[in-house]
Amino acid sequence: MNPVDWHALAPEVVLTIAACAVLLIDLFVPDEGKWIAMPLSAAGIFGTLAAVVSLIGTGNHVTLAGSFEVDGFALLFKGLFCLIGLIVLAISFHYFRSGRYYQGEYYFLLLTALLGGVVMASSRDLVTVFIAIELISVPGFVMTALRKRDAKSNEAALKFFLFGVLSSAVMLYGMSIIYGITGQTLLSKINSELAASPSEPIVVLSVFFVVVGFAFKISAVPFHFWAPDTYEGAPSPVAAFLSTASKVGGFVGLLVLMFIAFPSVADTWRPIFAVLATLTMSVGNLIALRQQHIIRLLAYSGIAQSGYVLVAFALIDPAAPGMNAQALQSALIYLAIYAVMDLGAFAAAVAFGRQGGSYFISDYSGLWLRSPVLATLLAGFLVSLAGVPPMAGFWAKLFVFKATIDAQVYWLAATMGLNAVIAAWYYLAVVKRMFFDAPTSEEPLEIPYLMRAAMGVAALALLAAFIYPPLITALAERSII
Amino acid sequence: MEWVDDWGVSLATFLPAVGAIVLLFLPSAQDRIIKAVGTLFAGLALIAGLLVMARFDYGATGEIQLEVNATWIEQISANYHIGVDGISLPLLILSLLVTFLCMIYLWWHVPEPGKPKAFLALVLVLETGMNGSFVALDLILFFVFWEAVLVPMYFMIGIWGGPRREYAAVKFFLYTLFGSIFTLLGFLALWIKTGTFDMIELRELGAAGIGSDLFQNLVFLGLFLGLAIKVPMWPFHTWLPDAHTEAPTVGSVLLAAILLKMGTYGFVRIALPILPDAAVTYAPIIGILAVIAIIYGALCCFAQSDLKRLIAFSSVGHMGFVMLGIATLTEAGINGAVFGMVAHGLITGMLFFLAGSIHERYHTREISELGGLLAQIPRFGSVFTYCAIASLGLPGLAGFWGEMLALLGSYNPASPLDPVLFRVLMVGGGIGTVLTAGYLLWTVQRVNLGRVPDKFADGKGIHDVQALEWYAWAPLLVLILAAGLFPKLVLGLTSEAVSTIMGALGG
Repeated sequence: MNPVDWHALAPEVVLTIAACAVLLIDLFVPDEGKWIAMPLSAAGIFGTLAAVVSLIGTGNHVTLAGSFEVDGFALLFKGLFCLIGLIVLAISFHYFRSGRYYQGEYYFLLLTALLGGVVMASSRDLVTVFIAIELISVPGFVMTALRKRDAKSNEAALKFFLFGVLSSAVMLYGMSIIYGITGQTLLSKINSELAASPSEPIVVLSVFFVVVGFAFKISAVPFHFWAPDTYEGAPSPVAAFLSTASKVGGFVGLLVLMFIAFPSVADTWRPIFAVLATLTMSVGNLIALRQQHIIRLLAYSGIAQSGYVLVAFALIDPAAPGMNAQALQSALIYLAIYAVMDLGAFAAAVAFGRQGGSYFISDYSGLWLRSPVLATLLAGFLVSLAGVPPMAGFWAKLFVFKATIDAQVYWLAATMGLNAVIAAWYYLAVVKRMFFDAPTSEEPLEIPYLMRAAMGVAALALLAAFIYPPLITALAERSII
Repeated sequence: MEWVDDWGVSLATFLPAVGAIVLLFLPSAQDRIIKAVGTLFAGLALIAGLLVMARFDYGATGEIQLEVNATWIEQISANYHIGVDGISLPLLILSLLVTFLCMIYLWWHVPEPGKPKAFLALVLVLETGMNGSFVALDLILFFVFWEAVLVPMYFMIGIWGGPRREYAAVKFFLYTLFGSIFTLLGFLALWIKTGTFDMIELRELGAAGIGSDLFQNLVFLGLFLGLAIKVPMWPFHTWLPDAHTEAPTVGSVLLAAILLKMGTYGFVRIALPILPDAAVTYAPIIGILAVIAIIYGALCCFAQSDLKRLIAFSSVGHMGFVMLGIATLTEAGINGAVFGMVAHGLITGMLFFLAGSIHERYHTREISELGGLLAQIPRFGSVFTYCAIASLGLPGLAGFWGEMLALLGSYNPASPLDPVLFRVLMVGGGIGTVLTAGYLLWTVQRVNLGRVPDKFADGKGIHDVQALEWYAWAPLLVLILAAGLFPKLVLGLTSEAVSTIMGALGG
């Protein structure tokens, strides 16, 4: 057995230590000082980020018998998870401090779930993938239930838990069949085994099970029913986490599996993704049109957004490596930009919810006059989600669009175009309320500086990536798996 | 002054956006400072534009000059490629000038509900989008600028607009977005076929023919949908009367004077030279739609009771002449089209200024409630008459040449086109000019002549043209006359550039 490459594992080790430290220190801190868990967690994530940065340019690390790999792809997503973690921390601080919810436990769970994401980015083995996805999901069940006395929070957690374990079971079943057929758990070896043996119905079935399991995790239609209820019931910073980190984590797992383990049988599962993508985009958008609650709106819009990422899977062609690289890149770009803009929108919703006391879109009327900063930032994130300049969301859509045209799947491109217009309608409806309608209350809103900073950083990042897209495309180009 | 060659066009394009960012950091209570900074940056951009004019080599207007071509997004070979030739230069200067004049006008006329900081910042962002569209020589860059005008105009209509502003703003946004998706599809299809987004390279490839006829026709259809909605051509025009009527004065002026030109400019710069064969196929359809627009626009004008809405519909007709000129695929027609764009920008921009000022003075735009402007405020009334007459195409003023050349071009269209059809179209266009003269004279008669209505007889708050209005309007009024008397001012610039494009069209 080769020695373990500890440098490659450094981010995970730092994050694990930080999570344990947060939990331990919480035991010895009096109630009014529990908020200290948040700066501690932030320090832990910064440490993780430093470890990730130290790995840049050191070449590929493969360790733990090939089940763990640090390459450009892994580093990109590890960095993205750290960024998501930091923004979620900034959103959470005031929410959990003023509510005096289990702060120590919450930050511990958050770091653990984040650890799942960071591991997922490097997973190159069925078992590691499964452990990583569970590491992301299980803390999520508990975090959702943190508002213990709120019936909605309990319902949300229970729903999330039941759907979560069901999807894990289905996924695990599929994985076990794959192991049974190939005798391998390493993804690259599974691919060569599958390429060597003629494609059997059982292979298709097992891949299908795995895809369905992941479809639950990323809330693709028709496996999305848990998401809006869970997001609405969960503490809203947790909803922000679920809609970004959890979803991106699921997508990373799916990318790794589909691009490394199953490309040789792509012909059998590509149509599944085309259908999933179409349904996810269209149904998500159509239901989002009717939402009155900002978190539910963001939930459905998030579902629709994941449809665009699923398009990339529908373009994979084992015979065309150039096309695959382009599809993968478009998915990476989309996920990175989506995470930032969606978090920004959630942050704005949390800020308004805490200060204005409501999550209903009707209460956003005239927000511009009450807090120009918040209204402008939220409008920026919504415009980005709609995919309109001057925000980076434009490039996210454009690159997927381009990959689709390049692959000559024109009907999918047309579906995306139509969906972009539908989506613009409901994003603009919120913008319209904030800017065009008369306010229901004159009271100015004070947004905490930490929230302003988080949203400001996200907005600037989106603006910078819009003006100079190589900031993100160059990263994506180096992250081909 | 050699730095202008590298930086002039970029400065003219991006200085307004820089100004918008500077504005964000100013305290919103400081009205005068905000207006001064806004005017300053629009003015600096205009100076940059004038420097570009000074460095421009008028002996080679057909060439792209002051060109910058830098790598931007390597992965999709999209470049930061900008420059000006004889077609884009007049439009760029028009955009810079009109925005600057709007800034002057805004010193006294920030529309309800105030908030000059936000309004001025939006105007400046809009200006960057408009200027950029006219100088971009890369399809992706063009598309970015093209889309970048949506958000600021949406907010301008939605916040500062009239009673039905929400409806108008959303309609404008979604309609244009819908069209531009097809344009983008077309751009991407071209890229996949040729591997480049560069308009100049594509023009050279286009002369030899890109792809099959079917491919060309499909791509042209995609471009056509997006561009035609922006122009707007009949039957895609329905967003325009709403947007124009509800927008604040400055919004209407910019929309009419500059934004609409982005669509027609797209035809001249992109659709025709890159897809010449498809252009020949589509030219009769474009010509027919254009003539329908001319006559339909004029007839609608007769039915309007709101002055602003009337001017909006007159835009549909005037842009119809521009499109007719383009559809002829002749040098005369396309030169006339570019001239028509500039003339329409000057004249209709000016008319929207006047409509806004009438509303300010009389608190109504209903033509039936107005009357006797010449008697009550003679200078204002004279300016109104002057602009209306320019708009109907009186020889000697700017409106004449564009229409004349478009009709001349359709008498003798490019060789593959059916001359009979185009001569019929010419007759249709001719009827349109008569109708146009009819409704404009009728409007002048109802608004300017006659008795002052009783309720305005006391003249309270109704003042003649003010000093600041003179500053904002005089350049436009002078240019309308100058372009009418010396059409070479514009045609001298455009003719060679049009020849270059005609070269791609093969005749």
